[in-house]
Amino acid sequence: MKLELRNITKSFGTLVANDNISLVLKPGEIHSLLGENGAGKSTLMNVLYGLLQPDSGEILIDDKPVKFSGPGDAMAAGIGMVHQHFMLIPVFTVAENVVLGHEPTSKLGALDLNAARKLVTDISNRFGFDIDPDAMVRDLPVGSQQRVEIIKALARDAKALVLDEPTAVLTPQETDELMEIMRGLAKSGTSIIFITHKLREVQQVADRITVIRQGKVVASPSPKSSASELASLMVGREVELDVKRKTAKLGDESLVIENLTVLDDRNHQMVNGVSFSVRNGEILAIAGVQGNGQTELAEAILGIRKVHSGSITVSGKDVTKSTVRQVLESGLGYIPEDRKKDGLVGEFSIAENLMLDGSFTAPFAKGVQIDFAKRDQIADDLIERFDIRTPSADTLAKQLSGGNQQKVVVARELGRDLKVLVASQPTRGVDVGSIEFIHEQMIAARDAGKAVLIISTELDEVLALADRIAVMYRGKIVGIVDAKTTREKLGKMMAGIAA
Amino acid sequence: MSKKLIPVKAEEPKAESVLREIMSGDPVRIGLSILLGFIIGAVFMVVFSEDVVDSWSQFGADPNYALSTVWWTLQDGYGALFSGSIYNLNADNFIDGIRPLTETLRFAAPLVMAGLGVALTFRVGLFNIGATGQIMVGLAGATFISTRVELPQILHMLLAVMVAVLCAAVWGIIVGILKARFGAHEVIVTIMMNYVATSLFTFFLREPAFLLEANGGGTPKSDQPADTARLGKLLGPEFNLHYGLIIAVLSVVAYWWLMERSTFGFRFRMVGHNASAAKAAGIKVENTFIWALAISAGFSGLAAANQALSIDGGLTTSIEAGIGFDAITVALLGGSRAGGVVLAGLLFGAFKAGASSMQVAGVSPEVLGVVKALIVLFIAAPPIIRAIYRLPKPGPKMLEAVKKTEKAGK
Repeated sequence: MKLELRNITKSFGTLVANDNISLVLKPGEIHSLLGENGAGKSTLMNVLYGLLQPDSGEILIDDKPVKFSGPGDAMAAGIGMVHQHFMLIPVFTVAENVVLGHEPTSKLGALDLNAARKLVTDISNRFGFDIDPDAMVRDLPVGSQQRVEIIKALARDAKALVLDEPTAVLTPQETDELMEIMRGLAKSGTSIIFITHKLREVQQVADRITVIRQGKVVASPSPKSSASELASLMVGREVELDVKRKTAKLGDESLVIENLTVLDDRNHQMVNGVSFSVRNGEILAIAGVQGNGQTELAEAILGIRKVHSGSITVSGKDVTKSTVRQVLESGLGYIPEDRKKDGLVGEFSIAENLMLDGSFTAPFAKGVQIDFAKRDQIADDLIERFDIRTPSADTLAKQLSGGNQQKVVVARELGRDLKVLVASQPTRGVDVGSIEFIHEQMIAARDAGKAVLIISTELDEVLALADRIAVMYRGKIVGIVDAKTTREKLGKMMAGIAA
Repeated sequence: MSKKLIPVKAEEPKAESVLREIMSGDPVRIGLSILLGFIIGAVFMVVFSEDVVDSWSQFGADPNYALSTVWWTLQDGYGALFSGSIYNLNADNFIDGIRPLTETLRFAAPLVMAGLGVALTFRVGLFNIGATGQIMVGLAGATFISTRVELPQILHMLLAVMVAVLCAAVWGIIVGILKARFGAHEVIVTIMMNYVATSLFTFFLREPAFLLEANGGGTPKSDQPADTARLGKLLGPEFNLHYGLIIAVLSVVAYWWLMERSTFGFRFRMVGHNASAAKAAGIKVENTFIWALAISAGFSGLAAANQALSIDGGLTTSIEAGIGFDAITVALLGGSRAGGVVLAGLLFGAFKAGASSMQVAGVSPEVLGVVKALIVLFIAAPPIIRAIYRLPKPGPKMLEAVKKTEKAGK
């Protein structure tokens, strides 16, 4: 099937999300759509999938214009979408999930599960998916769940597949397997639109690349382009992918975690006997696929999650049972993984957000009153120092872009006198320019002799920043290795295979 | 550096964003809601007026007459509301003319005080509808002091006010503790606490050992508060307006300072907007709930003192006069801001003051109940008002200025 998007324009208010975008997907082709967060990729795909109607432009299938008023139309036309967040029912089997919504029935109208099983087995065998149709979805690893999503689309005769950031939740090995599957699908004639911001994957698998920036197609570079060429096209200027750094000057162990065990809200053991320490002047990065206990570890260090057993020491002081306020006052700075949920108050101004955890004491508080003059002065200073792009300190945080919001959080935490910085996913959903800046700030904190703990699922980020790397898998530290460790070895560790 | 523009996505679930919109109180939307409430109230007034119905049955014969009766009915109704609540144009002298305005102020004072209390909890993200119960226990406390204790002038009054505040605050703290420690939902708890408080107050009024009037019989009624405890007349004997107004003004200033200037208010607002971020910033969210409910109930206690210490004759349960319930509307209408609550309180005070003169003018004052209810309805359903007046939807919009700075890249 040949799929074409012709001159698609879609705007929201004054924001033009898609500006005259054209794209051709040939049969059996893997077409990579490359762009930063907010470049307009998702809008374009929502237009293709019938979730949004374009202001102008048309969609053509085999050179015939079509009109989709909803995902149902798109599916009927042979377009399948695998979302970043899976749309599966965990307590159903693979077969049940695959046929959900268009169940094969016997003559009497009863669900024909055998037909469903056969459908799954057929597709699974054809592409070498290795999926048991009777397995409960919740028991499958994430990589397999993703395959179930792909089977779901193929079961509805999808000729064109859209994969939206499919590797975000995968280990490097699972990613390689997905690349294999994509090639197999393409060989058998299925066309694939592959949305990602990871350059390595694009180079590996794409037949053709389209780069989108600020709603416009800016280039269609060859798949042989180098990573920095692709990055420059994505951002629109030269990008320095490697962070320059001096050798570490190590000091005392300011953050010591010993034998830490933490439970999640459902009393599952998410962190299981973890021990490590971070010294002043070094960056320890915790690598691992999302959901292996990193979130709970970070929350336990800050004290918003209770420690089940073990201990946490911040610059010599046991803070295992301390309140959040005591932990913060002991000199720990915290950048949460979800800034909108835990890091910012969207309805508050930048100035207010910069004093979020400082309302108890000077300089922000004067007795029980807020010292507005000081507050504004500190805000102006931090806005300047941390390059927060805003018309004024009174702008509401929710009106800023992701990168600038994150800079507000970073500015607040690094703006006070710290000994330890714990940063969870410090650059998630942040534009490349801000990523560079935030990385520089992390390195600067390290060079200033602070102990920095970075928790990241992005292997590139870990490799760019870390002095040492700890890999976490199913709540345990698989190993703590040197920053020069190869990607392959780290990938194996992320899958639980000890070095 | 970066020249990127990233739109802000509205990702919160719909129900929550609507609730936020309701409690945030956009002045334009509120103003339009009030206007629409009055317009539909006018329709009710006209449709249920016998004169209008009669004249319209002969519309063919005399269309002018039919239309003019509509006009006269409206003028009678809303005209009476004006002369009953702002200035009586038919009065012989200035004192009689201005009296309606002082009555509006008198009725507005307790509404403002209780309204501030409810507003405070709204800003902490709690939907507290327990002002009624808090006022009831406040009334019991104030009346006990004013009828059963003997103290010198002023001191007696101050003690009665303080006891009213304390009693109400305890009632609020109970809700706070149930919520903070056991996760009980404040809406359910406050509703139930209202029933308990109302029954408790009635029980006290029946009991000779507590509040029942001397030589009282079966009817639950207290003695008249002692003269030493009463809130004195503010403008002399010509007017009913009393010192409750001064307490209300002080409450407004205190509320403004607490919410906008103090660090407590900062933390209250932080918890209200994003409890999760507040927690990560070292704030004990549960304790904040308890404090907020206690202070909120304290404001209701002031409203109770205002009622208990200004009455002529003994108290019955009717002294509450729906203030606790109206307070919710006042807080919503006022956008939970000090200034907004004052304006909303004045509007509702005017409704109360004007009701009797509407009745005299032959227009059912229940129309005002309809108007009030409609205003709340429209405020509670922002999409209706947006659809009727074709207002743009508040959404993931970036300020033009923000865009410019980000694009310019300094």
